[in-house]
Amino acid sequence: MADDSRRDEPEVTERGVSRVHEDPSAPVADAFAEVAEEQLEAPGLEPEQEILTLNMGPHHPATHGVLRLVVTLQGERVIDLKPIVGYVHTGIEKSCEDKSYWKVIPFVERMDYLAYFFNIEAFCGCVERLLELEIPPRAQYLRVIHMELNRIHSHLVGLGTTALDLGAISMFWYCFRERDQILDMFEMSGGQRMHTRYFQVGGVFEDIPVGFEQKLRQFCAVMPSRLDQYEALLDRNEIFLRRTKDVGVVSRERLLELGVTGPLLRAAGEPWDLRKSPGYLSYGDFDFKIPVGTVGDGYDRYRVRIAEMRESVRIIQQAIDGLPEGPWIADDRKYVLPPRDELSTSMEALIHHFKLVTEGFRVPPGELYYSVEGPRGELGCFVLADGSSKPARVHFRDAAFVNLQAFRDMCVGGLIADLIQNLGMLDPNLGGIDR
Amino acid sequence: MPDAPGLELIAQGIDDGRTGTIIETSVEHGAATLIIDPEGVLHALRWLRDTEGQGYRFLSSLHAADYLPHTPRFAVHYELLCRERVERIHVKALLEDPAAGNRSNGVAQTPGTPGSEAEDAPGDAGLPSIDSCVSLFPTAEFQEREAYDFFGIVFRGHPDLRRILMPEDYVGWPLRRDFPIGGEPVLFTHNEIETPRWFE
Amino acid sequence: MEIERDSLRARQLRARDLLRGDLEGRDLEKYVEESLLTTTLENALNWGRANALFPLTFGLACCGIEMMSMVTSRYDIARFGAEAFRASPRQADMIILSGRVSIKMAPVVRRVYDQMLEPKWVIAMGACSSSGGMFANYAVVQGADKFMPVDIHIPGCPPRPEALLHGFNKLQKLVRGQPDLGWRQRYNAVGTEEWARFEEGSPTAEAIERAARAVAPKHSETGPADA
Repeated sequence: MADDSRRDEPEVTERGVSRVHEDPSAPVADAFAEVAEEQLEAPGLEPEQEILTLNMGPHHPATHGVLRLVVTLQGERVIDLKPIVGYVHTGIEKSCEDKSYWKVIPFVERMDYLAYFFNIEAFCGCVERLLELEIPPRAQYLRVIHMELNRIHSHLVGLGTTALDLGAISMFWYCFRERDQILDMFEMSGGQRMHTRYFQVGGVFEDIPVGFEQKLRQFCAVMPSRLDQYEALLDRNEIFLRRTKDVGVVSRERLLELGVTGPLLRAAGEPWDLRKSPGYLSYGDFDFKIPVGTVGDGYDRYRVRIAEMRESVRIIQQAIDGLPEGPWIADDRKYVLPPRDELSTSMEALIHHFKLVTEGFRVPPGELYYSVEGPRGELGCFVLADGSSKPARVHFRDAAFVNLQAFRDMCVGGLIADLIQNLGMLDPNLGGIDR
Repeated sequence: MPDAPGLELIAQGIDDGRTGTIIETSVEHGAATLIIDPEGVLHALRWLRDTEGQGYRFLSSLHAADYLPHTPRFAVHYELLCRERVERIHVKALLEDPAAGNRSNGVAQTPGTPGSEAEDAPGDAGLPSIDSCVSLFPTAEFQEREAYDFFGIVFRGHPDLRRILMPEDYVGWPLRRDFPIGGEPVLFTHNEIETPRWFE
Repeated sequence: MEIERDSLRARQLRARDLLRGDLEGRDLEKYVEESLLTTTLENALNWGRANALFPLTFGLACCGIEMMSMVTSRYDIARFGAEAFRASPRQADMIILSGRVSIKMAPVVRRVYDQMLEPKWVIAMGACSSSGGMFANYAVVQGADKFMPVDIHIPGCPPRPEALLHGFNKLQKLVRGQPDLGWRQRYNAVGTEEWARFEEGSPTAEAIERAARAVAPKHSETGPADA
């Protein structure tokens, strides 16, 4: 490479400027480790003097929301980590106790604000099971379509912001370009880009409009090639590989002990996905695989998420191909609004409408826990019904809240830069954590 | 879910180890529930996790609920999952409210309840308590802190029991049923004049 | 203070006279009053500020995601010059409060706002930061203007990026010194919060006093308890 006379100057290769090092053939990481060792063992410095407690406060560009981390550092190595959450705690669970079941839906949507359809599905599914209410097949397929679109949306935002933190800013723009396409479809079906309140107890609010199917097929046709583009950007990118390979590894057993689910668990090699076992809605009708990693480092988590997006596209393709005809919401007028054209002809329909809109439907006393596979893991909802028209307790077992317990294990022993990367790959959603 | 006979066998097995643990079993809406005495919660969870053939090694969720005005007032719910057989079992531990007896002026005298005389009283006086299962299921750490934060349920043996979602110096247990929901009345033109200079 | 808008040439001549020491009396006073250069400089500065606002990265909740999508290519705030989001409050002009402000976060927001350097502006994006939104409970501050001054409120839950851009344009007009008075201008009306600007003794002030006294006996002197 360089000739001897220029040994002391930084080498400029086609990849950029590299460090000055004694032996050009030695990888850079080793040289750095040597320097770090020397610093730690330098004479005259006590190890205790090196410890620094750093507060990565709630306002920080890389925290994916308002997460506060109190990090104990020795040089650049993380010795201990304490996440402090609650900075966006909205008291949603308490507010829900004051609202009829129908009105709880917009509240509950805003918990995990990137996976809104999953929040509604967890709640509506729980209430439907408490009511023993069957959802028509068309509604099940439509729910699956929207949920899988939302899964892609959540992964896109997560990947985009993670790549942004790591410096790959172009990923951010590309991911959000796709995200806008998905939001266009949500706007067609639900009227709003985010938090559409599209699912109701008993099915979906309204049938999909003309043009939705066409747009969806276009999206499914285009998305795999976009995913190829993202892979081309990051898969074999030297910087990305150095940042994510073998970083943040936690063993599978430890993850299971900590209750971690979702892409983090699957990246560590455990093929656990609630869509397959036990399955819910109509996921059993579709043929899709569960991507599973091997090592469980940041790179595996990234690959698992990209592969999950591909599988989601396949599910949506199968769902829209096999979309059954029929009603989009259950028929039971005690819980579901009657169609508007009946209001002028049938007295019963009018009475049902009145009761449902003013008081809401009553759920017989009971309590149930129901969980779905959200983009971050198991999203569960516990509803305690006391026979009135308002739930007595709504609790969400949010995936990110439980996954955050694994963050300490992921980061301890690594560098701060690895902490940033781990936080991105953990993909926390502070709305879900804080509720 | 274990069906009703299977659930009875489980209940029998737990009760054999420590009599009086199981209060009731029920299968409702496809979910199997064991209602247990709070003193036996560690025994029951350990039995469910470690016994051959049971193996409910994954704690999906730990949450609490307030059943006011029923007694016992609180319940801590444990949602256990056996991944190999894909079976869930629900364990519910009922807790009495130690401060239930003292009500004056119709307001429970729990520390922190607004309007009570003990409103600013510190600490754990009169709070329900139960053993912490962090030693069995490390995932319970944050979830028990959340139950403490919202209901005031003290988990004995928890390594770091303090508030997690509310500010550290907050007084009161927000999700109890007798805690007011808070917020402010919405100001319209007709009631705006009642708060002169509200805009400042 | 009405400023006569003389022609530029006339003003330049007067400036020249001033520098020569030839202006005196009324002309001098008028000239100082006008401060030709300063006004134009201020306008230029404000124009520069408006077209190069550095927002602070402050996404709190769901509105933060829509704020991020405003930065992206479809809605593109870069055409208005504000794509340079700064993470440090010392370097930012404007804070977009996107999301619900919980009681734990409110002191943090106030501190970050205090750390910003003048001149600074605040956009309260979405219903939650404008007024507490749908969350009328113990955990959410009912509107960020309870603890910090807010210039622009943008309704929506979450507001579309276009709505945010519209609000941003209004902020730009405000920065330039030509605030868009909105419905007040269109209908020549005042809001209830402006009643207090009527001076003591005016008929409107007396009417307000009477109404307050009529309602007052039901409430204590201090009014409903503060939050």
